[in-house]
Amino acid sequence: MMWLSASESEALALSLSVASRSVLLSLPFAIALAWVLTRRQFLGRTLLDAFVHLPLVLPPVVVGYLLLLLFGARGPIGGWLGRALGVELVFTRNGAALATAVMSFPLMVRAMRISLENVDRGLEDAARTLGAGAFDRFASITLPLMLPGVLAGAITAFSAALGEFGAVITFVSNIPGETRTLPLALYTALQTPGGDAEAARLAIISCVLGLSGLLLSEWFARRVSRMLGR
Amino acid sequence: MLQVAAKKQRAAFTLDAHFELPTPGVVALFGRSGSGKTTLVNVIAGLLDADAGRVALDDALLLDSADGIDVPPERRRIGYVFQDSRLFPHMKVAANLRYGQKRATAAAFVNLDLVADLLDLGPLMNRRTHELSGGERQRVAIGRALLSQPALLLLDEPLAALDSSRREEVLPYLESLRDQLAIPMVYVSHNFDEVLRMATHLVLMESGQTVAQGNLGDMSLHPLIRAIIGADAVGAIVDGTVLGTNAASGLTRVQVGQGELNVHYDAATPGMKLRVQLLARDLIVATQPPQQLSVRNSLKGVVKSVADDVDDSHLIAIDIGGTLIMARVTRAATRELGLAAGLPVWALVKTASLRPHPI
Repeated sequence: MMWLSASESEALALSLSVASRSVLLSLPFAIALAWVLTRRQFLGRTLLDAFVHLPLVLPPVVVGYLLLLLFGARGPIGGWLGRALGVELVFTRNGAALATAVMSFPLMVRAMRISLENVDRGLEDAARTLGAGAFDRFASITLPLMLPGVLAGAITAFSAALGEFGAVITFVSNIPGETRTLPLALYTALQTPGGDAEAARLAIISCVLGLSGLLLSEWFARRVSRMLGR
Repeated sequence: MLQVAAKKQRAAFTLDAHFELPTPGVVALFGRSGSGKTTLVNVIAGLLDADAGRVALDDALLLDSADGIDVPPERRRIGYVFQDSRLFPHMKVAANLRYGQKRATAAAFVNLDLVADLLDLGPLMNRRTHELSGGERQRVAIGRALLSQPALLLLDEPLAALDSSRREEVLPYLESLRDQLAIPMVYVSHNFDEVLRMATHLVLMESGQTVAQGNLGDMSLHPLIRAIIGADAVGAIVDGTVLGTNAASGLTRVQVGQGELNVHYDAATPGMKLRVQLLARDLIVATQPPQQLSVRNSLKGVVKSVADDVDDSHLIAIDIGGTLIMARVTRAATRELGLAAGLPVWALVKTASLRPHPI
């Protein structure tokens, strides 16, 4: 892009890459959790529900700090990941993706739950009498019918991931080209003498991205409900 | 043979039901709303757990709580047509139809062409389900259930959501299904006209209990039916055999009991079975062979019993040769004619009041 500097387009590309990884990482877990929280009655369900929503109410710095404790090079999970799989999270874009995934996870689960609650369970019963086993029913009936929620959740989470600041900077720091996403680049520009124009451009990019996300989400929702004849 | 027994205790409702159906056949579960018909059907399908129960279809034991056998619904080979059709909204009609077909494990006895033909689904194949009328939706739902190659078909008030003209549009399809595929059916309804046209057997349900059961003719005079459908609709259901068509009058002669009825039925062939309901209010009783009357039908019989009925009338049960029919007459008439058990009588009915159904 002609009117962006090298560092700005780097931040944009990195943000998109981090947000995509973040959504891909959290999507299967969010679907599974939405299903468990909507369809299963078990002891500790309320607690699990609260735990999932925790990132919404905690200061992002706290989430970043907890991630450092757990996923840091010497943390219980981070240490194992490094030794067993060679995966480094701290100071890497994968770490940034993990931080944004955790922060946007509740938004994703929420959107999916609303959509799953609206799926007529009678249709699943009908599928059952037609010979579909549990996983088959989920894949052929439940998932397609909750697709509006899955898409809405994914798009919202993607947009939120583009904007995550506190958890990212705490967990993976602010490294140009590796973890300096749009909001971090914007923050850095503001701290730099003469960075006002760059900050303004980054802010505009963020606004455009956010707006596109919302419009896209709305467009998808309409398209899918038309497909379902609602 | 389909054997069903189920017990289930709920807060304000107890299901305690059992019935048997020789296969193939159509058993109607008939009773008021809330009498437990749908609950019982859900137990048969396996969608609802009974506290105790047993469901056996021919050689297959599908549920036996005593032995810990409980085949899951997806492996019971029981097709289910729901009142609200439950078509999958994200699939077109063709994909809905193929859903069960693709998952069927049993040898196919119907294919898509046959089902499309039987239910006239050809023009609907590429439609989205929300574009269908109520009657079309139910036809697709029936086809979808059939294509899963079921050994038993459950129909839970399949026409209840339709107005009477739509109902009339779907019923003939169900009848031809019954006649052309020898598949046993459990047909839930609170509309007696549907029962009359579809069923071979009848199970009466009230407050979660199966009150009485038997073949439709024997059951047609049960007091509970009268309590549900009203005194006006009381009448014997008799199945007769077509003897032939009278060339001069164009009327079809049908043998019932030891007598003969003349009915309007265009497509009659000798030997075919026709069912008529002889409404008690339509019958006239004579103590002598009738002469010089416009009435075409007189059935000779013997009075079996005389019972009190609504509005100062009596219900006279008449045996017309192994078949029982009912006539409603005023008490004054009973007195004047001296109607009493053992008296030979003639039951008269106008051809115009008979509506034969093929069975």
